[in-house]
Amino acid sequence: MDRRRFLAGTAAIVVLPFGPPFGTASATPEAMAAAIRKVVGDTAVREGRVSLDLPPLVENGSTVPLVVSVESPMTVDDYIKAIHVFNEKNPQPGVFTVRLSPRNGRAVVGTRIKLGDSQKIVAIAETSGGQFWSASADVIVTLAACLEEAT
Amino acid sequence: MSNVLVNAPKTAKRGSSVEIKALILHPMETGFRPGPNGRIIPRNIIERFTATWNGTEIFDMEMSLAIAANPFVSFFAVVSESGTVGLRWTGDEGFVVEEQIAIAVE
Repeated sequence: MDRRRFLAGTAAIVVLPFGPPFGTASATPEAMAAAIRKVVGDTAVREGRVSLDLPPLVENGSTVPLVVSVESPMTVDDYIKAIHVFNEKNPQPGVFTVRLSPRNGRAVVGTRIKLGDSQKIVAIAETSGGQFWSASADVIVTLAACLEEAT
Repeated sequence: MSNVLVNAPKTAKRGSSVEIKALILHPMETGFRPGPNGRIIPRNIIERFTATWNGTEIFDMEMSLAIAANPFVSFFAVVSESGTVGLRWTGDEGFVVEEQIAIAVE
């Protein structure tokens, strides 16, 4: 009985320090929602007008091509002021923010991002009139970014 | 600079919107990865990328850890007159790179 209890105790000691790996630095769906709130405030975010183009299945999360395009005339009276992109499970919820003006002609931005896990990506566009439009996409990642050994 | 690759049309019709693509060599180290010696490699990323047209800012991007190494960015710009597009990357450890490219109106 004593021996059994002793063994159970040591097992607990061994397991505990290895709790959540990298638990200190990880975005969660709640962290993403909070980051979005910070940008949009109390304004309602409507779905539509934004299209978020990225592959549904990603083999290597280290470089994932992503294109955000927003329907907008991009005139002085009605243009897209900013595009924000967020993720759920990378170390930080924010991916990037771009500021645009009518001088861009088209509200289209492309880049390549890192994904640490399968997750949801959200793009939010802010119009010059203060409206917010969004689109989201779910991505499955087979090999996460940041796991490769640095050389 | 040899570590920057910019792709944009040399000539364009007046008033048309052209795509500008820019690639820069940079590790975009997140500060979460251990190196070969087991120690965490310090964070080193590009935080900001801006573009100007004849000196007026037309594009501004705040980058984060989640931008892939060797950041690639594509965006559009209206060609109102012949001019130069100035691109500027700034980041950790005093990283600053500037590049210029000329676009002429046909």
